[in-house]
Amino acid sequence: MTSSLWPRIEPLLAQVTKPARYIGGELGAREPLHEPGRVAWLLIYPDTYEIGLPNQGLQILYEILNEREDALAERAYAPWTDMERAMRSAGIPLFSLETTRPAAEFDVLAFNLSAELTYTNVLNLIDLAGLAVRSKERTGDAPLVVAGGHCAFNPEPLADFIDAFVLGDGEEVVGEISEVLLDRVADHPRGRHELLRALARLDGVYVPALYEARYDGTSLVGVVPRFRDVPERVEKRAIGDLGEWPLPKQQLVPLVEVVHDRLNVEVFRGCTRGCRFCQAGMITRPVRERPASQVDEMVRAGLARTGYDEVALTSLSSADFSGIEHAVSSVINDPQCSGQVSVSLPSLRVDAFTVGIAAEIQKVRRTGLTFAPEGGTWRMRQVMNKLIREEDLYSAVDSAFAQGWRRVKLYFLIGLPTETDEDVLGIAELARRCAEIGHRYHHNVTLTTSVGGFVPKPHTPFQWFGQDTIEELRRKVGMLRDALRGARGVSLRWHGAEATAAEGIVSRGDRRVGAVVEHVWRAGGTFQEWSEHFDLGLWTAGLEAAGLSLEDTVYRHREQREVLPWDHLSAGLHRDFLWQDFSEALHEHVLEDCRWTPCYDCGVCTGLPVEHVVASSVPPAGGSQGTGQDISVGGLMPAHFVHEAHRDMAVGAAGGAEDPAARRSLGSGPRARTTSGARSMGIVDTRASGGGA
Amino acid sequence: MIVRMRFGKLGKVRWTSHRDVARMWERALRRAKLPVAYTGGFSPRARLSFGLALPTGCESVAEYLDVALEAELEPALVAERVCPLLPRGIGVLGAGEPEPGSGSLQEEVTSCMWEISVPRSTRSELDEVLSRLMGAASLPILRERKGHVVSDDLRPSLLALFAQHTHDELGTTLVAELGTRPRGVRPAELAELLDIELGLARRTCQWIERGGSKFEPLDVLPAVPAVAVERAS
Ligand code: SF4
Repeated sequence: MTSSLWPRIEPLLAQVTKPARYIGGELGAREPLHEPGRVAWLLIYPDTYEIGLPNQGLQILYEILNEREDALAERAYAPWTDMERAMRSAGIPLFSLETTRPAAEFDVLAFNLSAELTYTNVLNLIDLAGLAVRSKERTGDAPLVVAGGHCAFNPEPLADFIDAFVLGDGEEVVGEISEVLLDRVADHPRGRHELLRALARLDGVYVPALYEARYDGTSLVGVVPRFRDVPERVEKRAIGDLGEWPLPKQQLVPLVEVVHDRLNVEVFRGCTRGCRFCQAGMITRPVRERPASQVDEMVRAGLARTGYDEVALTSLSSADFSGIEHAVSSVINDPQCSGQVSVSLPSLRVDAFTVGIAAEIQKVRRTGLTFAPEGGTWRMRQVMNKLIREEDLYSAVDSAFAQGWRRVKLYFLIGLPTETDEDVLGIAELARRCAEIGHRYHHNVTLTTSVGGFVPKPHTPFQWFGQDTIEELRRKVGMLRDALRGARGVSLRWHGAEATAAEGIVSRGDRRVGAVVEHVWRAGGTFQEWSEHFDLGLWTAGLEAAGLSLEDTVYRHREQREVLPWDHLSAGLHRDFLWQDFSEALHEHVLEDCRWTPCYDCGVCTGLPVEHVVASSVPPAGGSQGTGQDISVGGLMPAHFVHEAHRDMAVGAAGGAEDPAARRSLGSGPRARTTSGARSMGIVDTRASGGGA
Repeated sequence: MIVRMRFGKLGKVRWTSHRDVARMWERALRRAKLPVAYTGGFSPRARLSFGLALPTGCESVAEYLDVALEAELEPALVAERVCPLLPRGIGVLGAGEPEPGSGSLQEEVTSCMWEISVPRSTRSELDEVLSRLMGAASLPILRERKGHVVSDDLRPSLLALFAQHTHDELGTTLVAELGTRPRGVRPAELAELLDIELGLARRTCQWIERGGSKFEPLDVLPAVPAVAVERAS
């Protein structure tokens, strides 16, 4: 029996843009044999092929499943609007790329949730597969719809549509789910309800239909199990040893250009820098490094197999990897690579040491360097716990320009707790100062200042904080624009405040927000990550129809005792720890990175059967994130970076909000996916780490 | 040295662009560890030069590529090493050295042969339209270029057109020789002129006309290896 839809798909391709999105054929793709005894998974990334293909989490699960005897996996991505229209009018459902089989013929549809604004695409894809979008309307043998990835840590807005969520690393649990399903597939088929009950018994699996969301008036008072064998609290899964999972071994090499089109090797998972706004860091703790020798081997074998001329050593902050200098120099000095392979470190830490590594790896293509100080003032960075001292910041920028870079890009967030106008203006001052430093070395420099609105995320210390309103964000950006008018070499980029608000609706929404997502989808609002399709009006109309408001779901500060929609789900972090860390943030107290300093008991290593795997017992040269550094002088700017006219202001300055010299700074570390904004460039960090589907 | 290869693009991979194909070649050559010459400067690139772009969606058994190598290698060996590393549907059909002193593929090729399937048509219908076209003094089509609408005459580029055997279901095959000067004509433009539905179009040959005779860019008999004709669907 052949289920291939190809003969019906091919005639559509002449009518659509980028037809190669729909043909598969990547190096490393499998064409698995569908047969009894194998659970068929369709792994779906709910955005375009170019954005979704490089996702390493999805690729890891693809390999794991295809290597099992009892499972197989194929892939699908969201067809662009022209293709979707053509498919719907030709009556062609969502199909797999490999064997062009209808999605509904699979046993499991598994979504990767990397960004909130893709949720309307998730609904659209379930619908395009020919299934009912609401899970309770899917009957008997309809495929199981599951989801994982970072956003699954607040799954409530999708609770009515998804049958089961996987929290945390997916490497082990996909096999366990396959076994449960196989039980059903092979012997006596049980009912859908029994199947869900069986899935809920797996660690790390959350089945929302088995929980009831209770309200008191309009306030959520709890999400509680409806059955006794269903756990009150679902803990995330975390693999103990990344070295046991040297994946992907067969990274997919697409026929067309995609984002992050290069070999990716994950050097560690998790991050304990403790940046308080960063969900990726908080939910992936603890740090689990890959053995350096395995990194070498994966790079060597990967380059030889793929023919790529670029390798990225990925993690949330790769300069923190214990073997980083070794890993970098072994690629660069490998005669096989003969100077034609470049290495990239996404999310550079901000200090001169890191720039030194960058200089070593970018011997040839020295085009642009990107840093994420996130906060414009040292005070702000203390609040965020992004401990980049003025000294580190300016040394990094200075050495970047000194070593030949002419384009430096800086990422910032605005709308953070305790932020004042002075903090916002600090961004402008910092940018001007960095450009000035650049002009000491080059006639022309470009200093791109990219600013995004902060969206508070679940399972972070800032989860209680009320997001800035659209108007307030606009006012702040206007202020920055004025302050940067005429600044030579500085350009300001800004992610739309409206998309930031929409992201906020979903980020901390409860089950009632599901109706909003459905409303936006039904009104045609797909591809909301793309500025050409984003429409805030759809979201506000959806809120109104659901009896909700931006004020309540997005802008409101949460109370300490208030039930949060994800309280029944755990990333291992104690709620008390998060609250205390939030309080400390408000007092500008900082926390060092616990991988090199004593534990402060956030709950992860004590509560989960995992702990840090870090080869080096000491922080990198020069210190990092408070360890091995003198934080008390964090706000002090070394005098030689100060322009003559400002020099008097810097003298004797020590950290502190009143200190005028503290109004300049820059930093690095993980670029958190705090705002997707509208993806006007079509390019967004797709987080190379994480094994969630 | 320069090695010239003739290759095919068949099946699903026809939906990739000319640029995509260039990247597939770069990666395959690197994987084959062939001593490809690189350009200098800030972003070194492999020194490859491709001939006329093949429109996305068209197949071909007559694409050409020149690869600059830093060492002397038997062209057949280069082809043998790189061919298995190319994606399915891309296959090497021949390899050799271009004549000394010859120009780039883009400059030299004067016309291309095409086979275009015309669904739901009969040979007699098509013959009629074709003879009308060949009889016309000029065949202007409107194109937008740099914001202006310009009229291009395609007639000088239509060197030969005829209809071939009819299949019951598939319709007719249109065989065309399309010149590259004063401007190349794409199969889609020909279909527009003919007001026909465009089926699969396949480039079958590229000609270099010099001194009244025609040569192919590579003086080898195209032996078609299995890998190239295997349909990717
Ligand atoms: S439990 Fe302690 S050591 Fe582990 S991540 Fe939390 S603070 Fe760090």
